[in-house]
Amino acid sequence: AMTAHSFALPIVLFSAFWGLVGIAAPWFVPKGPNRGVIITMLITTAVCCYLFWLIAILAQANPLFGPQLKNETIWYVRFLWE
Amino acid sequence: MGSLFRSEEICLAQLFLQSASAYSCVSELGERGLLEFRDLNPHVSPFQRRFVGEVRRCEEMEKTFTLGSPARPRALSEHEPILDPSVHQHLERKINFVAGVIHPWRVSAFERLLWRACRGYLVATFVEMPEPMEDPATGESITWVIFLISYWGEQIGQKIRKISDCFHCHVYPYPESEASRADTMSGLQSQIQDLSVVLEETEQYLAQVLDKVVLALPTWWVQVQKMKAIYLVLNQCSFDVTEKCLIAEVWCPVRDLTQVQDALRQGSYKSGSSVECFVQRIPTTESPPTLIRTNKFTAGFQSIVDAYGVASYQEVNPAPYAIITFPFIFAIMFGDVGHGLIMFLFALWMVLYENSPSLRQASNEIWLTFFEGRYLILLMGAFSIYTGFIYNECFSKATVIFPSAWSVATMANHSSWSSAYLATHPLLTLDPNVTGVFQGPYPFGIDPIWSLATNHLNFLNSFKMKMSVVLGIVHMGFGVLLGVFNHLHFKQRHRLVLELLPEMIFLLALFGYLVFLIFYKWIKFSAADSLVAPSILIHFIDMFLFTSNAENLPLYPGQVPVQTVLVVLALASVPVLLLGTPLYLWCRRRAPRMGHPTAVGTGEQEPLLEGQEAGNSVNVTKEDVESGGHSPDAEHLDFTEIFMHQAIHTIEYCLGCVSNTASYLRLWALSLAHAQLSEVLWTMVMRNGFVRLSYAGGAVLVPVFAAFAVLTMAILLVMEGLSAFLHALRLHWVEFQNKFYVGAGYKLCPFAFAPDTWE
Repeated sequence: AMTAHSFALPIVLFSAFWGLVGIAAPWFVPKGPNRGVIITMLITTAVCCYLFWLIAILAQANPLFGPQLKNETIWYVRFLWE
Repeated sequence: MGSLFRSEEICLAQLFLQSASAYSCVSELGERGLLEFRDLNPHVSPFQRRFVGEVRRCEEMEKTFTLGSPARPRALSEHEPILDPSVHQHLERKINFVAGVIHPWRVSAFERLLWRACRGYLVATFVEMPEPMEDPATGESITWVIFLISYWGEQIGQKIRKISDCFHCHVYPYPESEASRADTMSGLQSQIQDLSVVLEETEQYLAQVLDKVVLALPTWWVQVQKMKAIYLVLNQCSFDVTEKCLIAEVWCPVRDLTQVQDALRQGSYKSGSSVECFVQRIPTTESPPTLIRTNKFTAGFQSIVDAYGVASYQEVNPAPYAIITFPFIFAIMFGDVGHGLIMFLFALWMVLYENSPSLRQASNEIWLTFFEGRYLILLMGAFSIYTGFIYNECFSKATVIFPSAWSVATMANHSSWSSAYLATHPLLTLDPNVTGVFQGPYPFGIDPIWSLATNHLNFLNSFKMKMSVVLGIVHMGFGVLLGVFNHLHFKQRHRLVLELLPEMIFLLALFGYLVFLIFYKWIKFSAADSLVAPSILIHFIDMFLFTSNAENLPLYPGQVPVQTVLVVLALASVPVLLLGTPLYLWCRRRAPRMGHPTAVGTGEQEPLLEGQEAGNSVNVTKEDVESGGHSPDAEHLDFTEIFMHQAIHTIEYCLGCVSNTASYLRLWALSLAHAQLSEVLWTMVMRNGFVRLSYAGGAVLVPVFAAFAVLTMAILLVMEGLSAFLHALRLHWVEFQNKFYVGAGYKLCPFAFAPDTWE
């Protein structure tokens, strides 16, 4: 089926999620010898994963061309997915 | 952050050990494993050192422990006469006998000679001994041959005896009469019995003793090795003038100085000496070893950083960031949910059973390598699952978690794609310009429709190349920024302005701008202007050449002047990078010499050579960080060297920015290779198992799946895994670390009775 995907909602949701991981969670890491390492890991993970996801969604936001499909694919997708 | 961020502070210290308590003090220190001893007698050969006798004794004891069971002494038992030469043809003549034992190799020669010499007058019989016995002369175990020669005639007898002498036979008396022969035999039998009883009891006793020793052997072994280690350490100390005190020079972490004092106190107490040994810190200009304390999780990541080069003393350590960036970069090249899951589960098994001795003490080196890196593989698998979801690949198949954004029906209705039309057109493209065909970007990852499209590589290649470039520039920018910590720590604030700033300007003005162009084009240009969409690559090249291409429309108004400014800025930063620091150092050098009390930057305490205070903890001079090694003659600064070093650094950096950015394209290349291999395994192996929808088809599926599984493991997990591991490592070691890392240090090797050696 083809549902309209909003662009703003994923942006808000994922930014909030990785923001929680990378900005909020570091404050709650318990004190101990590994506190610094854990905080570094949280921030690095958040930056890497968020950036990777962002690149994927921005690359598809305004496609300059569309997929080229075989006629069989068109036939069954047309009736199966929609 | 403490230990993982940069090396701990290490100081040079002197231990003053009383001769009487030196051994027990060193033993205590060895138990705790805190210090590294320095050799104070490097010019003394090992044979001339003070405790060479003790070391030799320890080594001899070690040798006896490694010998197997000692060779058991063999008693020579008499041979048993086997033959009974009852039949003899010449009844009239008296028959005599010669009996003996001969070496088996000489038998044929002996026989021949006997035959030639005494033909017809003797009968010789040779029998091999049932079991080999030891030759008393040489100690070899030989299967002797027993011979019995019956002859008649005195002369023949003499000849035979002479011949047996020549052949070194052992001749034994052979009694004439039957009765005495029987007596001799029974006598010999009882002798054999007695001897064997004695042998048995001796062996039993020996076995008991050996059993007891075997129980105690490991402890003795440990003790001897500890003793040898202690004496080797004591050999490295020097005696003071009064010969009552041993002086040792050690590298010691500052944090552990109290523990060291404690150990010395205990050692003195144990040896019953009244005078205490003590430790004293001494200043030094040498570069101390690096100590970074790790736990079982961080050890793996630290080891892959150390494999390239151990961090110079107190420079910033790339390991805490590599904990995440290394698995992430690996995952970009390996992205597949299925493969990532297998890798993750394998590593999880290793982690959950990490304390099992069968896993830990395996002798297979390859397994041990994997086991040591279990946390690495765990993170690599986890991130691969994530990137697999973004790439939307699970064993090369896409998952439709959210409905696809592309509407085939709308396109079909718009362009009236009837069944007849479809039959005549094998390939048709969806046009995003048509309203309703494209309905907004897929919220998480790549849209599943692309896995069905024949032109999916056109889209994916563009996406992955841009992704690689963006991530590469971000990674490198982060590396340059890490240099800030070094400049601040080593009190070289001028490098912030004279090196870091031009480096960042060069990187961001050119490549940061490229990242901006990529993002801008993604956001601003859509299918409506797809025919006239500008090419970023052409714009980038034109930017450097200061030309313009009429057919390539600008991305935004005012692009050309902006780009000109950026290029000029970048070019201007090159001479600053090249000459800034050397000129600054030159000026600082000249100012005090010319007697000008120029204020050399308020608040800056560059610990240059003249400013070195005695008793300071070790500070690394600028030269140490740049040359990465020891700074032998601190007073003499060679300016040609500084200029040359800076020139090399500038050229390396500027050219490196370009080539390293391109180098990150391997992220695209390897992920493409992985995806294509995955697809091949699906289309050419696994899909053939689903051809027949019958019970026979089910039977075919089993071997097909077996082939698919084996090939997946061997090619995609092992080969591609190792390949992506290697390339991720290279990107870290070269492209990332050459922006800030020197890596010319050496590790602190504390003197310790390491527990794993004694297992």
